[in-house]
Amino acid sequence: MSIRERLSGNEAAATAMKQINPDVVAAFPITPSTEIPQYFSTFVSNGAVDTEFVAVESEHSAMSACIGAEAAGARAMTATSANGLSFMWEMIYIASSLRLPIVMSLVNRAVSGPLNIHNDHSDAMGVRDAGWIMLFSESNQEAYDNLLMAHRIAEHKDVLLPLMVCQDGFITSHSIETIELLEDDKVKEFVGTYKPEHYLLNSKEPISMGPLDLQGYLFEHKAQQSQAMKNAKKVILEVAEEFEKLTGRKYGLFEEYKLDDADVAIVCMNSTAGTTKFVVDELRKKGIKAGLLKVRVFRPFPAEEIAKALANVKAVAVLDKSDSLNGAGGALFTDVTSGMYVNNIHVPTVSYIYGIGGRDTKTDDIEKVYNDLLEIVETGKIDNPYRHLGLRTKGAEK
Amino acid sequence: MAYNLKEVVATRPSRFSEGHKMCAGCGAPPVARMVLRALKPEDHAVIANATGCMEVSTFTYPYTSWTDSYIHTAFENAGSTLSGVEAAYKSLKKQGKLQEDTHTKFIAFGGDGGTYDIGLQSLSGALERGHDLTYVCYDNGAYMNTGIQRSSATPKFADTTTSPAGKVIPGKAQERKDLTEIMVSHHLPYVAQSIAMTNFKDLYEKSEKAIYTEGPTFLNVLAPCPRGWGYATEDLMQINKLAADTCYWPLYEVENGVYKITYKPAKKLPVEEFLKPQKRFKHMFKPGNEWMIEEFQRIVDKRWNELLELEELTNKEQ
Repeated sequence: MSIRERLSGNEAAATAMKQINPDVVAAFPITPSTEIPQYFSTFVSNGAVDTEFVAVESEHSAMSACIGAEAAGARAMTATSANGLSFMWEMIYIASSLRLPIVMSLVNRAVSGPLNIHNDHSDAMGVRDAGWIMLFSESNQEAYDNLLMAHRIAEHKDVLLPLMVCQDGFITSHSIETIELLEDDKVKEFVGTYKPEHYLLNSKEPISMGPLDLQGYLFEHKAQQSQAMKNAKKVILEVAEEFEKLTGRKYGLFEEYKLDDADVAIVCMNSTAGTTKFVVDELRKKGIKAGLLKVRVFRPFPAEEIAKALANVKAVAVLDKSDSLNGAGGALFTDVTSGMYVNNIHVPTVSYIYGIGGRDTKTDDIEKVYNDLLEIVETGKIDNPYRHLGLRTKGAEK
Repeated sequence: MAYNLKEVVATRPSRFSEGHKMCAGCGAPPVARMVLRALKPEDHAVIANATGCMEVSTFTYPYTSWTDSYIHTAFENAGSTLSGVEAAYKSLKKQGKLQEDTHTKFIAFGGDGGTYDIGLQSLSGALERGHDLTYVCYDNGAYMNTGIQRSSATPKFADTTTSPAGKVIPGKAQERKDLTEIMVSHHLPYVAQSIAMTNFKDLYEKSEKAIYTEGPTFLNVLAPCPRGWGYATEDLMQINKLAADTCYWPLYEVENGVYKITYKPAKKLPVEEFLKPQKRFKHMFKPGNEWMIEEFQRIVDKRWNELLELEELTNKEQ
């Protein structure tokens, strides 16, 4: 029997971590993820977990300590947001190149500057090429579920890559929802024990890790990392299937919501998908065939699968909660359209940058996007493919 | 048991193997070798290394000089990386997940750039948190790996590529940071300053004490660099001796706050003896620049006298 609990997104993440009972947690406070190490250190001080909690002096050291711990042969976890992740940036790449399956809870927040503590995805987008598996979560339930699946994916012998579970700062991290928890013993059995093949603390087989890796080998090592990322796709689906058997909750690379027969579709990630589902239902009542594709697995990017899922739509809007500042649309937009192009699927597609710095995205905003898409379908024209949503401007902007 | 070099070498094979690519006349390899010799033969060690000469020259894929487990991640974080390893050890051991473990010790090596400068925060954090590890700084007084740029460990007036001795500015304008004293201020159970000198007795004994004292310990070891300092490679041991005999690099230890100077030269030599064989101080010997040598001597004397006072004071308190 599963347990129903009213938990915030941060509580859900901390609860998952408690049930996973990692060997080491190293973390540093930063809004809005601070509560996760707070809750977790309470578990430690009350003896609810076996974890060594390392209260480091910075996020750079948090990731460094996680790398040291995971390399030593332990399961290591951390949590952070925004500038915390930026400060870790150097070590984020090193964690992945050392093939250490560290798991992070990333509570998405705008990266400075100027300073802002609210939600967007600029932190996650800053590490999208770092070799981490990136799972996005619409709700508190998904943040919890994704963390329970994380180690099974990251530690798989064909993968061995670090993994981050993203959720929206404040929107889900600080909002309370009723979610279903698994019993502790079921989590323990599902997650299993970590048995690394090579690790620093094995005195019978001392190893050196983190070499100077020059022209003769680095390319091959990077190609292996790339292959591991490709392998992750299959593993993510296998783990999701097992998770579904245990919980009845189904997860894929992405979720299609009324997309089958849709004329117009939105592609987005995290909590905006919840708002969009509501709007889709409203529009469907009016006979408008609106649909949604919610990306769960952003890295590895399911380019072919997404392109095929959108093949029969007449117009698509990709919503990016982070501006790549390249004058050519957001990162998710670039990935989706590149996937379409390579798979010879050419659906009119526009980019919307939205929700920056926590700007509220309301149902009206989402409805406007669908209306814009309907206009594109009707006129066959896209005046400006690079758009903003919810931006205050002097003149009207498309 | 009294220290006997022959016995140590005979009974404790080097855990830092030959074939590495450190320069001839470099002061760092003897430090690594001797520190590791202080490990009990039956003990395993995990070594963390900051990016720098030592790291790039001893572990170029696929070759390693380290017979113990070894990890390098980045420049500024040997302290925090090793603190993660040590936390993992504590956790796994507590949970009974390390059946094959005998006894593992944790040692970090970093140059002065990775320790005094970019790695100071990570080091300070690791020490404050009380991890059971030993951090060894091999101090060659500049960023040697990138081509001799000044660091906060560079002595005043030294000619480096970013503090060049020019027509207007005579080398580095500032005195060096006293990192050992910063470490003492962390109230660690053991802090020491050493050098690879004569029969390595000082370095060996301090390494042994540092490694086998429970809690965070710190060793600062002067490690001359023939390229950066400009001495003949065969003169390494002579330079080390002069650093100690001029009291430029005092050998001392601080055990639970109590100072002990472990080497008091019978005849304290004038600092010129140490400066003269080094090209980085060449401009100080030009006519008209005598004031530089005088000032250098003043700095050395001031620190030496402070140390003598600290020794007296902390031993009186006991």
